[in-house]
Amino acid sequence: MSRAAPRCLLIAALLVSSAGPGPRAAGSPASSPAADVAFLDALTWGATPSAFAQLETEGRARWLHGQLHPPAGARLPPDAQAAIDALTPPGSLFDRAQALDAQAKAFKDIQDPEAKKAGQHAFQMALNTAARNAASAWVLRALYSPDQLRERLTWFWFNRFNVHQGKATLRAAVGDYVDTAIRPHALGRFRDLLMASLRHPAMLRYLDNADNAAGRINENYAREIMELHTMGVGSGYSQADVEALARILTGVGIDLKPEDPKLRPEHAADFRRDGLFEFNPNRHDYGDKVFLGTAIQGRGWPEVEEAVDLIVHHPATATNVSRALATYILGQPPDDPLVARLATVFTRTDGDIAAVVEALVREPAFAAERGGGFKDPVRYVFSAVRMAYDQRVILNPGPVLGWLNRLGEGLFNRSTPDGYPLASAAWSGPGQLATRFEIARQIGSGSAGLFSAGLFKPPAPDQPEQPAFPVLANGLYYTAVSGTLSAATRAALAQAVSPQDWNTLYLASPEFMR
Amino acid sequence: MNRRDLIRAAAALGLSTVAGRVWAAPKADARLLVVFLRGAYDAANVVIPTGSDFYYRSRPNLAVAKPDAADPKAALALDADWSLHPALRETILPLYARGQAAFVPFAGTDDLTRSHFETQDTIEMGQTIGAVRDYNSGFMARLAAELTRVRPIAFTDQMPLIFRGGETVPNIAINGVGKPGIDDRQAKLIAAMWSGTKLAGSVTEGFRVRDEVYRSISDHAAQADRGAVSPKGFELSARRIGRLMRDSFNLGFVDVGGWDTHVNQGAGAGYLADRLGELGRGLSGFAEEIGPGWSDTVVVVLSEFGRTFRENGNRGTDHGHGSVYWILGGGVRGGRIAGPQVRADEANLFQNRDYTVLTNYRGLLGGLFRRLYGLDQASLRRIFPSADPADLALL
Repeated sequence: MSRAAPRCLLIAALLVSSAGPGPRAAGSPASSPAADVAFLDALTWGATPSAFAQLETEGRARWLHGQLHPPAGARLPPDAQAAIDALTPPGSLFDRAQALDAQAKAFKDIQDPEAKKAGQHAFQMALNTAARNAASAWVLRALYSPDQLRERLTWFWFNRFNVHQGKATLRAAVGDYVDTAIRPHALGRFRDLLMASLRHPAMLRYLDNADNAAGRINENYAREIMELHTMGVGSGYSQADVEALARILTGVGIDLKPEDPKLRPEHAADFRRDGLFEFNPNRHDYGDKVFLGTAIQGRGWPEVEEAVDLIVHHPATATNVSRALATYILGQPPDDPLVARLATVFTRTDGDIAAVVEALVREPAFAAERGGGFKDPVRYVFSAVRMAYDQRVILNPGPVLGWLNRLGEGLFNRSTPDGYPLASAAWSGPGQLATRFEIARQIGSGSAGLFSAGLFKPPAPDQPEQPAFPVLANGLYYTAVSGTLSAATRAALAQAVSPQDWNTLYLASPEFMR
Repeated sequence: MNRRDLIRAAAALGLSTVAGRVWAAPKADARLLVVFLRGAYDAANVVIPTGSDFYYRSRPNLAVAKPDAADPKAALALDADWSLHPALRETILPLYARGQAAFVPFAGTDDLTRSHFETQDTIEMGQTIGAVRDYNSGFMARLAAELTRVRPIAFTDQMPLIFRGGETVPNIAINGVGKPGIDDRQAKLIAAMWSGTKLAGSVTEGFRVRDEVYRSISDHAAQADRGAVSPKGFELSARRIGRLMRDSFNLGFVDVGGWDTHVNQGAGAGYLADRLGELGRGLSGFAEEIGPGWSDTVVVVLSEFGRTFRENGNRGTDHGHGSVYWILGGGVRGGRIAGPQVRADEANLFQNRDYTVLTNYRGLLGGLFRRLYGLDQASLRRIFPSADPADLALL
């Protein structure tokens, strides 16, 4: 046998070869195992033997329909669900924020410096743990949710409506933000997504709208809604529009207190709250505004609804959002006619994200890209871990989070509101590639010896790490991947001196990085 | 005699018109580090117009007190009109006193979007506003193309736009350097897999720089620290950059974030003061590490725009326009506030909210490059198309 991979890696080969090909979508381009792997790579966090088998059973049309219209609730494998449950804090975000606030206030009044320091430390630790657990839960969902397309888009939309855990006490809110504002709308209506982020305390704090009030205008959020979240810079709004939107958004903020604020009687009826979100008429500028050429009568919260309608129905939003979505899924910027076709779908369906994605998948450019271009770090790491362990649930997401941070694309770690770049050129610099090869070695080595990646170290400190070996030369590799490798890659793999070495080289190959 | 002296000597002899032809491809013997403060630092509270009553009226909560030897939080006089933030007392003020730091107020771009990202891109590309933007052409890449013996590097986690286009420029996450786990045999096999692909050059360059950086940093770590507190954050980065630019690289870029102070930015003390303190320690640490090479080194500190001259309702400042750039270096003709200026009063505000821009960044940098490298007009035009170099006599 002349294959480069050691014999012990071949066991899984049987898994896939037994799965027969199923029906395929009408008009779908040449379907071969390799094309199906590329199809999965473009729409999931990475092909795996089990995902491939499912696609072969269902066929592309049924598989895609299921991905575009997943059930509302999570339906994770029991091991993954149990791990996520253990990472999910009890109670509502409102309750947790109140408890943290009380904790912060308690040590403020302490006189003894040592006790005060201990109190501050405990408070910071609680925040750090909250953010780390939220990121860990996100990793587990990304790796094991059967609703892979929704997970891919959850990352995309979070990145578009980015918040940074480093600001204020956002560490306590980022998990809730992903789970309640982003994921439920990732394949839904764009307006609902925008509104959910607009009402979430993570966004209101991050872009300072919680401080935006009549006479004390803060235009940070107003500007970024139009520039980054929707229309795009240079698309037709002016500084006057930014200022008008900032005034419209006055009073949209956060309230931690259980009792409602005292309100001036004339606008008391306009008061709204829902969890930590609050619209406080006392802080709102009731003057009339002109926004995007439309006169908006000062009347409280309905101004916000009206402004959001104007933004989401603006042609620039359809174009800009469609372009970003296509760039993300194709792995490179699409041409203008393609964007225009997607924007038409966006407008016709009133911003139905699933419909836009479906239209994109039917585009010839989608098949031509074969798998979504050079992987950004998140795709790279997730796809490697998925391929290496498939349905065996990792016990410790910590190394995954560490790799993402080292590669410069950590979860909740983008400090600026523009989110991480979508263009692959941002991730393929020499230093980034060198770091990526190091991480290829860590993932490829599994739990062997000194170089253990630690993915199967149980959370309890006294429990030993479970033995685990990444099976990259699996059945899917021989069915669908090996035939697509270049001669140079095959020649290098043939010189591997151990299974770990083979894995490292395979994960470092140009083919695995796209 | 170094290269700059040669240029000066040539100019003195009346040979300057042929200098561009004589040295058609100038050598990058000088070092240049560009430091980008991402997020738009509040220039008016760093190089402070303490001579302006309007400044004090505009910033009831944020103004830094006029120079006062008895007040540690008071500004530090630079001249009759301008003062420096007190967080830079031990670091940048001594450079200024030695004539090795100049500040250029009313500096910035002709980009009026007030968007961080748009304007950062504008600066990094250095192209003509209004023309089609080429995202594959940064001005430092174009500068590198005009120089021989140039060894460029980006000290950033990600490949910055400023170095895009042209030859592959390495980038290195300077605070994450560790002993490489990929050994030489694996590196060779990996490079072989990538040979013939578009990224082949990046892969080999990545391994080369990895080894060089690791060697430089581990050599240093092996030396005794003499009990000094080990630096962290930007100070650690900047010291490592100093060592690398002393020995191995001569054209560098680094960015520092955290300047977008919409809320509670503080005055003589507080958030902005802390960030400035770290920046100042980093830059003076860089100068220290580079040692005698400091005399041939120029550091440019810039930011995408300034902030509103008046404070906002949240003890912070919003996106503005004109900024203040810093030019540091052993050979800099500093100790002064350089470039055209107007009084910092209400009548001179741009759109009644921001500093105006009197010195365009392209002209400023073009003029600086001409003096630093002896570049001729044609070279400068390739780096900054249709921009006239402004000679602020900074070198």
